[in-house]
Amino acid sequence: MGKIVLMQGNEACVEGAIAAGMRLYAGYPITPSTEIAELSSIRLPQVGGKFIQMEDEIASIACCIGGSVAGVKSMTATSGPGFSLKQENLGYACLAEIPLVLVDVQRTGPSTGMPTSPSQGDVMMTRWGTHGDHPMIVLSPSSVRETYDLAIRAFNLSEKYRTPVILLMDEIIGHLREGVELPDPEDIEIVNRPTVEYPEVKRKPYHMKKGQMVPAMAPFGKGQRYNITGLIHDESGFPTNSNEEAEKLIWRLMHKISDNYQKIVRVEQVGMEDAEVVIFCYGGTMRAAITAMQEARAKGIRCGIFRPITIWPFAEKELAEAVKEKKKIVVAEHNYGQLLYEVERIVRGECPVSFVGKYNGTVITPAEILAKVEEEL
Amino acid sequence: MSTVKELILNTAWCKGCGICAAFCPKHALEVVDGKVRKVEGAECVLCGQCELRCPDYALYIDEKEGGQEQWVKSY
Amino acid sequence: MSVNIGDVKPRPDQRQMSSLIYKYMRPEHLPQIWCPGCGNGIIMRDVVQAIDNLGLRRSNTVIVSGIGCSSRAAGYMDFNTIHTTHGRAIAFATGIKLANPELEVIVIAGDGDISAIGGNHLIHAARRNIGLTVVVMNNNIYGMTGGQYSPTTPTGEFGTTAPYGNLDRSFDIAGLAYGAGASYAARGSAYHVQQTIQLIQDGIRNRGFSIIDVASVCPTYYGRKNKKGDAVEMMKWQRDNAVTVQQAAKMTPEELKGKLVIGLLHHIQYPEFTFKYTELIRQLAEEREENE
Repeated sequence: MGKIVLMQGNEACVEGAIAAGMRLYAGYPITPSTEIAELSSIRLPQVGGKFIQMEDEIASIACCIGGSVAGVKSMTATSGPGFSLKQENLGYACLAEIPLVLVDVQRTGPSTGMPTSPSQGDVMMTRWGTHGDHPMIVLSPSSVRETYDLAIRAFNLSEKYRTPVILLMDEIIGHLREGVELPDPEDIEIVNRPTVEYPEVKRKPYHMKKGQMVPAMAPFGKGQRYNITGLIHDESGFPTNSNEEAEKLIWRLMHKISDNYQKIVRVEQVGMEDAEVVIFCYGGTMRAAITAMQEARAKGIRCGIFRPITIWPFAEKELAEAVKEKKKIVVAEHNYGQLLYEVERIVRGECPVSFVGKYNGTVITPAEILAKVEEEL
Repeated sequence: MSTVKELILNTAWCKGCGICAAFCPKHALEVVDGKVRKVEGAECVLCGQCELRCPDYALYIDEKEGGQEQWVKSY
Repeated sequence: MSVNIGDVKPRPDQRQMSSLIYKYMRPEHLPQIWCPGCGNGIIMRDVVQAIDNLGLRRSNTVIVSGIGCSSRAAGYMDFNTIHTTHGRAIAFATGIKLANPELEVIVIAGDGDISAIGGNHLIHAARRNIGLTVVVMNNNIYGMTGGQYSPTTPTGEFGTTAPYGNLDRSFDIAGLAYGAGASYAARGSAYHVQQTIQLIQDGIRNRGFSIIDVASVCPTYYGRKNKKGDAVEMMKWQRDNAVTVQQAAKMTPEELKGKLVIGLLHHIQYPEFTFKYTELIRQLAEEREENE
């Protein structure tokens, strides 16, 4: 068994990332994610890794892309305003297929908003923030231990599919302290990117065998000289204006994620076996939802919780299944209504959808969720 | 065997900017119809000034062992 | 800019180009997309000549570029090449160098790329003295987008967004970099090939942040907008108006007006960033061993 330690969500993120093999962190201070940078600056040189405080948010993600291209697992962390700034290079990493982990510890927005107050207002931006068509993998933890696990999983998925992965935290979890039991290092599964066996042999860097969706990646400096670009490129890695090549590339980028939906999407369902009312929530909101569910059950309402752990791709199949023959689904999130629309799209009148939102910098209370659960029952 | 130098013109890459001709100390190059060529009867001293300043790598001084001296060759 | 370097042509005959070009370029992508008389091709050749003179290994050398005319250089050069986002080449390069300090990392950028949108990265990489060599293809204009004024367009000159003359003052990019802490700063020109090669070579050899600001020529936009003549006229201007750093030291500010000061502007010894970081890792490992 692993040791039990008292730890903050932001700390668990760093320890998980290091366990996953992160050896480069580039960041810029921003509340409420700053502890991730601070702890990385202490821990990384201890394990032979490197920390750098860049001049701005854009430089931070750019630096991570550079580090990853040179073969080192890299991470940056930020919050809303910084996340907005990182969007262009996030798209670059999608298109050029550079693995990296981007942590967004959400705070109340828009703009500078309320820097130390909880929010889940970035959830649609994680999906649609950068321009153009691209897939996105986003994971959202609801406890300190889960933050540790998802930091590892974020790296693993990022490496496996050669794509940036967003660990979407919120202020509630980032600053939450809990006693956690960390797994033994030997029990942790680590995935490394597909690499080129003989990098010195001339090959097209984005060439794949039939049916293969993720090209192998040679780190810079290992012998294979090739070109990486943010322009639409063919398998040679050089830019092209060919419409067929553009379609082929974007189709593959989308499908390398969507075809692996089953391997990527994870949900947690609590008390759903006999539930008639479903609470839909994610991240830190789960804490209030659990209490609300318990109180509802104490009052005789069969209530369950559906929580996507993978936010994107959206758990549409699981949700469609979960709401069958339910009386109601209550969406609770710390914003004016974002994933709400995604839920409505999937539920399609199968059952009524109601909403509890908070966008004033305070947390949703169990009583507020309970009130919606009880409404018109 | 002696080293033989020759000027190679690769007109396929020439964009006709005229930089080579302008800075040739012997006025041995000219641009006609948008492509570089050697001036009839002019002397090329194989100094390589043109090669250094050609933005398109359309000419260079080739150096090789032996062979017939054939100092200007066009592609 | 209609020619596309992605449309790979068959690899040309080796005899069509010098051994330098054959060895260090990707001939199947040549001729490059730059306009007739563009100085960028000359400067790109200067870079590979400097690399050849130093005997750097191609697989150990990384070329990083941003966006703009200059950024196309990366695609033509047969190294580990990465064409990044606008202004961010230095930030990408910082990650590469930090991840693997053994790599020789060279950034090729334009004046707009490096001093406008990427100005912040320039000064901070200089301040850190991280071991990158930045070669600026400085053509005083935004060429790729069609001739808008850039941070190095002189006051009063014209661009498509300065129809009444540029009101801004212009940046001295090399001066900016060494003011920010770069340990090596120099200026060359498209005309002064031998000097520029030497300056790039010394910049690469410097253990720290090096910048070589090279005056390019853009006859298509800057030249035409400002009635500077064709590429030849613009190169002649460089020849006739360049003064060396040594000559400039004896000239008054009045005499220096409109001159191009070339040569080594600044060189100091200061520990390189990744070297310092590697030392820190070693120190921490030693301390840990002692405590165990």
